[in-house]
Amino acid sequence: MSITLRAGRRARAWNVGLGLWLALAAAPWVARLAAYPYLVDIADRAALTAAAAISLQFLVGVAGLVSLGHAAFLGIGGYAALAFAVGGANEAALSLPAAVIGAASFAALTGLLALRTRGVTFIMITLAFAQMAYFIAQSFELFGGSDGMPLDPPALLGTGLLRSPAALHGIALLALAACLVGAPRLTRSRFGRVLRAGTESPARVIAAGFDLRAVRLRAYVLSGAAAGAIGWLLAEHAGFVSPAMMEWRVSGELLVMVILGGTRTPEGAGLGAVGLVAAEEVLAAFTDHWRLLLAPVLILIALRFGPRRP
Amino acid sequence: MALWLVQALNGIGFGVLLFLIAAGLTLVFGVMDLVNLAHGVQYMLGAYCAVVGAQLTGSFAAALLIAVAGALAGGVILERLVLRPLLGRSHLQQVLGTYGLILLLEEGARAIFGPAPLSLGLPAMLDWSLRLPGGSTYPVYRLFLIGAGLVVALALWLAIDHTRTGMRLRAGAANPVMLSALGVDTGRLFGLVLIAGAVLAGFAGALAAPIVSVEPGMGGAVLILGFVVIVLGGTGSMRGAFLGALLVGLMDTVGRGALSALLGAVLSPAAARQAGPALASMLIYLMMAAVLALRPGGLLPSPARA
Repeated sequence: MSITLRAGRRARAWNVGLGLWLALAAAPWVARLAAYPYLVDIADRAALTAAAAISLQFLVGVAGLVSLGHAAFLGIGGYAALAFAVGGANEAALSLPAAVIGAASFAALTGLLALRTRGVTFIMITLAFAQMAYFIAQSFELFGGSDGMPLDPPALLGTGLLRSPAALHGIALLALAACLVGAPRLTRSRFGRVLRAGTESPARVIAAGFDLRAVRLRAYVLSGAAAGAIGWLLAEHAGFVSPAMMEWRVSGELLVMVILGGTRTPEGAGLGAVGLVAAEEVLAAFTDHWRLLLAPVLILIALRFGPRRP
Repeated sequence: MALWLVQALNGIGFGVLLFLIAAGLTLVFGVMDLVNLAHGVQYMLGAYCAVVGAQLTGSFAAALLIAVAGALAGGVILERLVLRPLLGRSHLQQVLGTYGLILLLEEGARAIFGPAPLSLGLPAMLDWSLRLPGGSTYPVYRLFLIGAGLVVALALWLAIDHTRTGMRLRAGAANPVMLSALGVDTGRLFGLVLIAGAVLAGFAGALAAPIVSVEPGMGGAVLILGFVVIVLGGTGSMRGAFLGALLVGLMDTVGRGALSALLGAVLSPAAARQAGPALASMLIYLMMAAVLALRPGGLLPSPARA
């Protein structure tokens, strides 16, 4: 690719990402104009979902690892928040690091095994491990079992800074901005280039002296850790944690968002996420059975667009 | 002792159901390299067809027949319209398309039958219990389920190992390009496998309908257990799927029982009550992890891929 072309693509990516971010950031003002306060809530959820989709896009689009178990990391982050709230130490400075470390450890353990396989088997194994996390969460009576339980907003270093809706809105936007800025940088870094080379020609990457499985494991852990932090935010935003956070449909939905975004770029995944969340909200306003309207669109996209396999 | 026998029979029954689901799925994944997430809704389709059939005719045998016919019709439609066109696409397109199918069929079932679980009464002929050695009793329907599943497993083995189509299928698993070059219509062959898989899953759903609650989301959990079975046995391996299904079934019942007995002996009752369910729900996944660590290709990998 020539240098001017690449610069053009970067500028376009920058514009798409910034536009998406500004649209979500403007939600409180639009909500006030439209007298529809619920809009802020939707925008925050869309921003966090977009951030989660970007963390998955890094796995799928850059590392070539199609994971169908990403919701497990979100859930682990959420349960870290809940565990500290139930334990009486509801302090963000403790529970957020715990969310990241917990999700990263789960990613390291399951990634070590799942990365022994490729392709369809990798998809099945990530899904199975996420289902294991789901069932474990269901069996914790202490945390409300399969019903889950509400949690109070946490303190931040002993202050009440995190206890206002404005703060939550700001943090959701901050998380999305971090993903939109961080993911492309990571993709262009040496680490990202090795990962991308590994999807095109694994044998050459290994022959060049890289331990490809270790590099992929690092990507898996990194993506899991990011999703853990986003799960923590989702839990604090909803004020509620339940096993439904890591249901396999959530993983499926995230993957669908990444695919709709084209899998190649983080801003595409963000756009796919915000588009799907918005489509759900709009369609659900018309009918309870809105999935009947969405499903044919997804099937048609799968059949009509995207590359044919050689 | 009698308790263990009951649990072992329950485990085998569950394993037989899982085998019916995994048998088609392992071929679709292993031989055709198609990610078919919609396999679970085909199981659900069979269960709903059985319930409707039983309500219309009042006969369980007729309900089973109607379920198989419904699963066949559903399988043919899905194969023609969605699954076969997806064969030449990337895994991601396949995930998107079959995820769309799940949404469509589950929401369709919810729109037609409502979200509440339906149930199907046991057929009168099989609604009694057998006395087991050791004094306990066991419902005959579950024995019928085991028998029916084993008959299908035997028929599948005969079809794959001893017929011309089965031979072509094995050849297609080993080298689809070569098989195609030899003049076999691999597209038709693969379509046949997709439809057969759908019928098997639908049949499993109909068999399970009297002993589980029939609801729109019933396919999801079964699909994921089917994946565990396939990973355990080795993708594309029919014998592996049979072994894996029995292992998962037994681990889920006998393993659970043994674990809670063990924990009860080692820990305090309160601690055992907290840790027991969490550990028990991890058992089959830990088994999968162990197999992956020791034999990443599965327990009985299909010879074509070894």
